[in-house]
Amino acid sequence: MIRDPNFQYPFLIGTIFLFAYLIIRVILWYIKLSKYDKLRFIHFWKTKSVWAAIRDSVADGLLHLSIFKKNPLLGYMHMSLAFGWFLLIVMGHLEVIADRHSLNFPFYYAVFYRYYQPHPDFAGAKVFGAVMDFLLLIILSGVALAIIKRIRKQIFGMKRTTRLKTFDKIALASLWLIFPLRLLAESLSAAYYHNGSFMSNTLGEWFIQNVRVSAIYDLSWWLYSCSLGFFFIALPFSRYMHIPTEIVFIFLRHAGIMPKKYWNSYAQIQMYSCSRCGICLDACQLYEAGVSNVQSVYFLQFIRNNENVDKSLFGCIICGRCQEACPVHINLNDLRTALRIKASKPLTFSYEYTQKALQQKAGIIYFAGCMTHLTPQIKFSMRRIFDFLGDNVWFMDKDKSICCGAPLMLAGQYDSASQLIQKNTELIMASGAKTLILSCPICYKAFREDYVLPGISIKFHAVYLNEMIRQGRLPKINLGFKTIYHDPCALGRGSKIYDQPRYVIDSYSQRIRLKKEKAEALCCGAGLGAINLPIEAKNKVTFEAMSYFARFKPNALITACPLCKKTFARDRRIPVLDIAELTARAIDEYVNEQKKTVRETRLIES
Amino acid sequence: MATFDFLEIRHLHIDYDNLDQELLNEVIREEPSFQWCISCGCCTATCSAGNHTTFNIRRISLILRRGEVEGLEEELKKCMLCGKCTLVCPRDIQLRNVVMNIKKIILKKKTA
Amino acid sequence: MKKIVIIGGGIAGLEVSRLLLQEGFPVTLIEKSSHLGGNIRNYAYLFPDFTPSEEILKNYTSLPGNADLQLLLNTEIEKIDFSSRPYTLFSNDGIAISADSIIIATGYQIFDARLKEEFGYGIYDGVITSVEMEKMIREQHIVTPYGKAPRRIAFIHCVGSRDAKVGNTYCSRLCCITAIKQAIETKKLLPQAEIFCFYIDLRMYGLTFEELYLNAQKEYNIQFVRGRLSETSEMIDKRLIIKAEDTLIGRPLKMMTDMLVLMVGMEASNFSKQFAYHNGLEIGEHGFFKPLNQFNARGKSQKEGIYFAGTSIGPMSVAETIEHAQATALSTISYLKGKEN
Repeated sequence: MIRDPNFQYPFLIGTIFLFAYLIIRVILWYIKLSKYDKLRFIHFWKTKSVWAAIRDSVADGLLHLSIFKKNPLLGYMHMSLAFGWFLLIVMGHLEVIADRHSLNFPFYYAVFYRYYQPHPDFAGAKVFGAVMDFLLLIILSGVALAIIKRIRKQIFGMKRTTRLKTFDKIALASLWLIFPLRLLAESLSAAYYHNGSFMSNTLGEWFIQNVRVSAIYDLSWWLYSCSLGFFFIALPFSRYMHIPTEIVFIFLRHAGIMPKKYWNSYAQIQMYSCSRCGICLDACQLYEAGVSNVQSVYFLQFIRNNENVDKSLFGCIICGRCQEACPVHINLNDLRTALRIKASKPLTFSYEYTQKALQQKAGIIYFAGCMTHLTPQIKFSMRRIFDFLGDNVWFMDKDKSICCGAPLMLAGQYDSASQLIQKNTELIMASGAKTLILSCPICYKAFREDYVLPGISIKFHAVYLNEMIRQGRLPKINLGFKTIYHDPCALGRGSKIYDQPRYVIDSYSQRIRLKKEKAEALCCGAGLGAINLPIEAKNKVTFEAMSYFARFKPNALITACPLCKKTFARDRRIPVLDIAELTARAIDEYVNEQKKTVRETRLIES
Repeated sequence: MATFDFLEIRHLHIDYDNLDQELLNEVIREEPSFQWCISCGCCTATCSAGNHTTFNIRRISLILRRGEVEGLEEELKKCMLCGKCTLVCPRDIQLRNVVMNIKKIILKKKTA
Repeated sequence: MKKIVIIGGGIAGLEVSRLLLQEGFPVTLIEKSSHLGGNIRNYAYLFPDFTPSEEILKNYTSLPGNADLQLLLNTEIEKIDFSSRPYTLFSNDGIAISADSIIIATGYQIFDARLKEEFGYGIYDGVITSVEMEKMIREQHIVTPYGKAPRRIAFIHCVGSRDAKVGNTYCSRLCCITAIKQAIETKKLLPQAEIFCFYIDLRMYGLTFEELYLNAQKEYNIQFVRGRLSETSEMIDKRLIIKAEDTLIGRPLKMMTDMLVLMVGMEASNFSKQFAYHNGLEIGEHGFFKPLNQFNARGKSQKEGIYFAGTSIGPMSVAETIEHAQATALSTISYLKGKEN
C-alpha cells in the first residue's frame, strides 16, 4: 500500500549526489597519486594486507576502537552512531530480503520499509522488528551523547571540543535529526498498523491517544527523508567527509603509501580523514600555554576552509604528540611539514661558501651539529668516550659547521636545504667512513630521512653507546643517583628510538618510570619546528614539563638532545645531563676505581 | 650596478629624517622581539654561516633598524636558519623568525 | 625590652646588629654557617679604592663579646609563626626564638657559572669565576691550571646577569667595576700579561668608578672589547679559544687565551627563596625579597615588624649594603618605639 510515492526523492537526490561526488573524488585522488603509489596500490590488492585494511576499516571506521581505547565514552558515541547505523542499513536490507524472498527491490525500499510494508507477516518479522528498534535505540543514545558533548564536554573527560563552521552545522543538525525523525515516522506507522516493535509500537500507542496521527503521518516521512537528503548533500563539504575518506585512507595506508615532503593527494586524503574528534587538543602542550590556533584539528580545518594558515602552520613545534594521540593515525607531522613546503614561497638561500669546507679521511665520523657547540659538555663527553674506546674519529664539524638542513626543511625551505644536504653528503662520502655518529636527534632524523649515504651506517650516539655497553667495551657501573629520561621529540616520536637510551641510562643509574614517557613524552618547548611561536608560550611549555619532572624528585634529568638540554637548563630545578655526559661520568668513575684497585693490589704486594 | 654588499658603508651618514621604515615596521609587527636587541653580538659570534663568511646577523638587523634595505636580500641568502642565534640571545629575540620574515616580506614586495 | 632577631650574619646583619645593640636593644643574630661575614669574605679587596675587606669586618670584631647579643652560628631558621605576637621562629635544630621584630639579611649567592655551558666553566680548567680570581689575588699568585703564569687573560662581564637564557634579566651592577678592579690587580701582579675585558655595556655608576676605568686604560693598558662571549673551546695544550663579536668594529673575533674569568652575577639565594616560600613572604620577579616600595620603604616587608637589610632585596655593593642596613636599623628602632609601623 503506497500512498505517497514522492517523499523518497530528497533521500534519493542526496544519495545519488553523494555517491556521484564520492566516486569522482576517489577517482581524482587516485589519478593524482604518483606513478609508484599507483603501482603500490594495484599490487596491494594481491597481498594479504587487504585483510588488514578491511579489519582496520571495521575497527576504526565503524567500531572506532582507537577512540574507544583513549576515551570509552567518546568511543561509544562514535561507535553507536557509525556501527549502529551500519547495522541498521544491513539489517534493514536483510529484513526486506526475508520479507520478499527476492533481491529485486529499489534500494531506498529498506530505508522506508515500515512505510511500504504495513503488515509484515513473514517468518521472523517480529525478531527483525525488535532488532531494528534496538539498533535505533542504540543510535539514539549516541545522538543524545553527541548533544550532551556539545553542551557539556567535561562529562567526556575532555577539556575542549572543536569549533564548527556553517556546513558542519547543517550536517550536524541533519545528522542529529535523522534518527529522532525515523523514530517519529516509524512510530506513527506503528500507530496505524502496529508494524513496529517494543519501542515504536509503544510510542505509536501514545501517539494514537494524544495526537491526530493522520495529520502528521506523511509529513513525518517527508521530514525523515529530507534530513537524510540534507545530510548527504552537506556531507562532502562538512567534517563528515571523514567517514568515507577514512576508509580510503586506511586502504592506501595498508598499501604502503608513505607521506611525502610535498603536498599530494595522499596528504589531501589524510586531511579529509580527520574526524575532528578533538583528541589532539588534549595532547597539545601549547593549548595549556595559551596558544589555541595551532592544534592539528584547527590547522586542518583552516586548510579545508582555505583560511589563512600562516600562524597555525608555523606556530607549531612539530613535537608529534598529536600524531601519537590521533585515533585515525594521520601523519600529522608530515602533513604539516609538507604543507609548510607548499605554503612557503621558496626564499632563495645560497651556500656557495660551504665549498671551502675541510675534508678528511676517517673510519668513523662524529657530526656534532650546530646546537651541540652550545653544549660543549656533550662534545667533551663524546671525545672522552671515543678516547676511552680508542676509536679514531673525525670530528667533522669541529670548527666550521654546515647545518644538516633540518631547520630549513622545518621552515618549509626544502630546496635550500638540499644544498646543505648535498655538501654534507659529499664530505661524508669522500671521507670513506663506514659509520656516522650523531648526538643531535634533529640532525639524526634529517640524516636518516633526507640523506642518501650508501654503505654508511647512521647511528645516534645513544644507540652507539648501547652497542658498546652490550659488547662490553664500555663499563657498566652504578653512579648511585636517581634519573629521569626525557625522550627528545625528534628521537622518540620522530625516529622511534625509545629503548636504547633507556638501556644506557639503566646501566649507570636508577631510572624513574614516568607515565608521560616514550610516545607520550613531553616536549621541552624549544623544538625548531616553531617558527613564529612567541617566546612566552615556549617558556610556558618548558616550565610545565619541568614541573612534571620535578614531582618525581630525581637527582638528574637525562636527555639526548642539545636543544632539550639547553632549554631545560634554563629552569634550574633539576640538573640536566646529556646521555653522553652520563656515560663519560661513568667512564671516569670506572677509571678511578681501576686505579684504586691497582694501588691497593700494589700496597698488598709490597 | 652589480650586487650591493649590504654591510658596506654606502652613505656618509644615516639619514634619520628619511628612513625607509616600511619593511622594518612589518618585521616588528610579525616578530616584536626584533626590537629588544642590545647589540651584544652573541648571535654573530656563534653564527654557523658567520663562521664561513662575513655574514653578520647583528649588523644586518641594526642596519635594517636604521632603515637601510638595499642589498639586504642578497646578504640574507647566507643564513642556514640553524637557530643558534636564537638559542644564545640573552634577550630572547626570535632571530630565526626575524630572518624568515624579512625574506618573506621582501619577496612579497617584489612579487606584488 | 623588645626582642629583635636578625637572620644572616653577613655585613648587612652585622651592621644592623651593631646599631641596634648600640641603641640598647637585645639582639639575636642567626647565621647558618660557622662564621660571620658572609659573602664579603669572597673578596680580598673592595672597589673602588682597593680597601681590604678585613677592614670592613674589623668594625664588627667586638660584637660577639657583647652581653646583649645572642649569637647562634650553624643555625638555620625554617619556619616563622606569625599567628601571635611576639613572633616565634623555629630553627632546624628545634630551637624556638621569640621576636618582636625580625630583620631578614639573608644576602645573595653567586650565579652558578656551569649553567652557561657554552662558556666552558666546569669543563675547561682554564675557565674560572671572579670569586676564584679574587682568591688568587688575595694569595698574590695568579697561575693557570697547569701552573704557568698566564700571558693573556680575558674577563667576561654579565655572566648570569642580563641574560634571559638563565632567567636573570636584571643587571647585577657590581660586576663591571669588579672586573676593572680585578683587571688592575692582575696587571699589577703580572705586568707582562695582556688583559681584555669583554663587556656589553660598562656601568660605571659610582662617583669614582669612571676614574678607575680611565686608570685601567691609562696606567694598566687594559683592553676593552664590546661584545659578549658566545662559545669557548679548548686546544690540546689546554689554552682556550673564545668567540665573540667585536661589535664596535662589527666583525666576529676569535681569541686564544690562557685564562678566562667569568664575572658571575648576584642571585637571590636558594635559602632565601625557600625561606620566603615556606613563610609566605613576597618575592619579586627577580627572585629577591620584595620590599614595600622602591623609594622610602626599601627595608620594609609587607608584614608588620619584618624588615630586610642588604642584598636580600637585590644586588648591592658593600657600601650600599651598609647604608641599607643602617636605614633598616633606624626603621626598626622607630617601629619598636611605636613611632612607626
